[in-house]
Amino acid sequence: MSDNLTLPAQQGPSDATPSSTEPLLEVEGLTKHFPIYGGFPIKRKVGAVQAVDGVSLSVGVAESVGLVGESGCGKSTTGRLITRLLEPTAGKITYAGQDITHASRRQLAPVRSEIQMIFQDPYSSLNPRQTVGSIIKSPMEVNGIEPAGGREKKVRELLELVGLNPEHYNRFPHEFSGGQRQRIGVARALALEPKLIVADEPVSALDVSIQAQVVNLLQQVQKELGIAFLFIAHDLAVVRHFSQRVAVMYLGKVVEVGDRDSIYNRPRHPYTHALLSAVPEIELDGGSPEGRERIRLSGDVPSPISPPSGCRFRTRCWKAQDKCATEEPPLVQLSGNRAGHLTACHFPEEPTTEARDEDVVLDPALKALEGDAD
Amino acid sequence: MLQFILRRTVGAVVTLFLIGAATFFLFVAAPSDYASLACGKDCSPQRLADIREALGLDLPLVQQFWDFMTGIVMGRDFPTGHCSAPCLGQSFYSGEMVWDTIMDRFPTTLTLTAGGAVVFLVVGVGAGMISAYRRGSLLDKIATGGSMVLSSFQIYFLGPIVLWIFVYSSGLMDNPKYVPITQDPAGWFVGMLLPTLVMATIFTAQYTRMARSSMIEQLAEEHVRTARAKGMSKPYVFFRYAWRGSLIPIVTVFGMDVSSMLGGAVVTELTFSLQGIGRLAVDGAVHKDLPMTMGVMLFGAFFILLINILTDIAYAYIDPRIRLS
Amino acid sequence: MTTLTKTEDSPAPTGPDSFLSVRDLKVRFSTEDGIVKAVDGLSFDVERGKTLGIVGESGSGKSVTNLTILGLHNPRTSTVEGEIVLDGKELVTATERELERLRGNKMAMIFQDPLTALSPFYTVGRQLSEPYMKHKGASKKEAKDRAIEMLTKVGIPQPKMRFDDYPHQFSGGMRQRAMIAMALMCDPDLLIADEPTTALDVTVQAQILDLLKDLQQEFGSAIIFITHDLGVISHVADDLLVMYAGRAVERGSVREVMREPKHPYTWGLLSSMPRLDSSVDEALEPIPGSPPSLLNPPSGCPFHPRCAFRDQVPGTLCSDTRPPLGEGRAAACHLTAEQKQTIFIDKIQPRLR
Repeated sequence: MSDNLTLPAQQGPSDATPSSTEPLLEVEGLTKHFPIYGGFPIKRKVGAVQAVDGVSLSVGVAESVGLVGESGCGKSTTGRLITRLLEPTAGKITYAGQDITHASRRQLAPVRSEIQMIFQDPYSSLNPRQTVGSIIKSPMEVNGIEPAGGREKKVRELLELVGLNPEHYNRFPHEFSGGQRQRIGVARALALEPKLIVADEPVSALDVSIQAQVVNLLQQVQKELGIAFLFIAHDLAVVRHFSQRVAVMYLGKVVEVGDRDSIYNRPRHPYTHALLSAVPEIELDGGSPEGRERIRLSGDVPSPISPPSGCRFRTRCWKAQDKCATEEPPLVQLSGNRAGHLTACHFPEEPTTEARDEDVVLDPALKALEGDAD
Repeated sequence: MLQFILRRTVGAVVTLFLIGAATFFLFVAAPSDYASLACGKDCSPQRLADIREALGLDLPLVQQFWDFMTGIVMGRDFPTGHCSAPCLGQSFYSGEMVWDTIMDRFPTTLTLTAGGAVVFLVVGVGAGMISAYRRGSLLDKIATGGSMVLSSFQIYFLGPIVLWIFVYSSGLMDNPKYVPITQDPAGWFVGMLLPTLVMATIFTAQYTRMARSSMIEQLAEEHVRTARAKGMSKPYVFFRYAWRGSLIPIVTVFGMDVSSMLGGAVVTELTFSLQGIGRLAVDGAVHKDLPMTMGVMLFGAFFILLINILTDIAYAYIDPRIRLS
Repeated sequence: MTTLTKTEDSPAPTGPDSFLSVRDLKVRFSTEDGIVKAVDGLSFDVERGKTLGIVGESGSGKSVTNLTILGLHNPRTSTVEGEIVLDGKELVTATERELERLRGNKMAMIFQDPLTALSPFYTVGRQLSEPYMKHKGASKKEAKDRAIEMLTKVGIPQPKMRFDDYPHQFSGGMRQRAMIAMALMCDPDLLIADEPTTALDVTVQAQILDLLKDLQQEFGSAIIFITHDLGVISHVADDLLVMYAGRAVERGSVREVMREPKHPYTWGLLSSMPRLDSSVDEALEPIPGSPPSLLNPPSGCPFHPRCAFRDQVPGTLCSDTRPPLGEGRAAACHLTAEQKQTIFIDKIQPRLR
């Protein structure tokens, strides 16, 4: 399969440890504020949606980094900033040693082909009036790349690589199912032999039985072609399966980042605990979810227009104290954590996901109903 | 809301001023002017200069423009007498005050517009709604087919046919004309009946189609299904839930239609030889009558802007998402 | 679990506990491309106070089934056959007026996306009050009191103030709570929840799932919970129905199905889902191919084109004959009981551990 591709062999994924060499992508203090206009009589900037606020993370060569969080946490915006579909308000994006934060179109040209994006919706991200062949071919045309054997041959190879029939070169997107369309999206992203793919919720619009097909395809691409991934998703189990390192975002900030095992088995940030405990896991033995802690937050994520002061999670946190409102916790390595496991919390939790003596139930309605039942 | 209306009003005044300026300077930039037209074949330079002076065309352009615009607010004095605010100048061609002429013609246009609007709102939207409610029925098919045919007609085609049937061949009615409602309500009604109906027919067909499709779109909305799932009856859901949402596109188009009609229903007026605002606009342009053209333009623009604001207020009334954002 | 085992041969027996009974339901839509067999011979029962989970992918017919129970299918384009008996009342042949009296009253529904499922034009309070006034003949004041009581119950802060708010002024989770409050206004005996948490974030989903469970304890309604997520199902449901291509392929209590699934499709679903404790070194085991078109469903067993075990069934049984779904704990598959057990223990279970 991979011998179809002319990509130079790159180092395989380092085993769950971030590469010690220089990372492929480095993001520092990345910020994006969308201004809000209003006021009278003359409209002016009256505020900003602080979609992404000082995010720092890195992606090593051929490494897969997961970015998880709930809607509005800024994970998609981060992806769009890195691919430069959006202009950052502040911060720095370094790709392969080159600062591309505010690079112009021309400066960006050589890098553009190396960073590709896969989108969530396989229905709207493909032009319905173009054939599959021309959809996959167009990035090569735009970037003036002429692969050996011609573009059409390359497209057929790509179609085969992603598990589609090369004969379907001249078909239109509507003739394919959702899963196949997402494969077309993957083929398009691979057309330029990228080194980094930003995948924004690539499987969340797909049916369960199809999801696994696409996850496997992406994993195969990542491992065999040595492509680094920034895998943005809200499904914690999928992210765990796909990523060697995981960053958890909340309201525009990274609250915890670390190796997969570290984040999923030894989380320290209360939000990571809450997130993990909220995943409805299948209990294969048919029992109730005993053994795992049960944390039920109250309400929804606050508005990113006026996020809470200090620690942004404090309004929904059961451990919050006065300090949390006044002082923003830095993203640091806590004692007892593995190297590279950083947490932004003044009062971190125990590094375990085991059930507690008492559930954390902050939701007043749940509390009332469960109180009645006793 | 008040803030919104205020902001929009200020914007409308500025827009009116800009429209006035654009009309004025485009008009004077045109190759022929009224003075040389009025001077005729045996024109002497002296006579031309006299005419120019009499019309105020000898003054600097900016001065002329300024006089015109201030006249709207303050009124103006002409050799023939005072023109009180809102003064839109004195017609070059007829020598009448433009404002008085417009006011003289406006009732005709207003009758056409109001009469037409009532018909196409009631009949057009009504038929569209019923058609959507009984989708797929014979009634729906008749309404859809009929409106398709009618909306592809034109006033200048349908008008003469109707005139021929009701006036020229059968003599059932007199030629359409405007009689002031205050003088003779029956005469007013009969006189304007044919033009209003012919114009309304074509609009009605368009409104039927629009109301039907807008309603069908709303009926497919999930919140409409939720209302049904609550056990609310079909008519209740139809008229409370679906209807509300279908109003937005109707109000949009209705606002546009009414405001442009108030600025003159040119084709209808010409087809039925009525003396309305549309006719004034055409005559003003033909005669190079600058004040008349300016007056009619600004008068029409005023309605477009006014109804625009009213439409936006209607949106806010219909949809709380607009009201509260 | 009694409903799953005690169904007699006669088509519409409703045991003392079986509150809703669906027998051989067939729903067909006529479209420009042909007849869509959205639901094809479906039977199930729901007990009072119990939750039936229906799991399936898009196009499995799970949502259509429930719209049909409420009588919300489009009568112009669809035909319904079979029986739906709610508390002794036959619904397929019921008049529109009879259904209207039941909807929102005896049976209520919660939809997937509360933003589009609540009208943007009316206040939350009004939308909650309406069914109560209609079905209970309550005054505006009584309906308001009831609505505020329900809003409190589902955990909406400051319910008196929020009563006059519009849905767009609520956050996503609050909107779904309002939707639940609306469904519970008339204390329905049957609550149908169609993917009620799919549009929500995971922490909010957890709140809503717990809330539904707690409310069920308090109200004692029977719940049909539709979802594509087996994880969600295993948390909320007592009984489980797995649907594929408009048919039920497996049925049993959640405990039974999770512990020892018997249908290859269920195996496929379980092994294609990554879990928080599954091995990350092994690739997922997807179900090959895509769900079938309901315009032209496969002959015999609808799953046979995607089934990895059809070569273990003799001859062309899988592609010729539709396997029946037995009563009670059952799977509609031609594999013998021993084969199912062997395959599960040898091939499926190891992947799930």
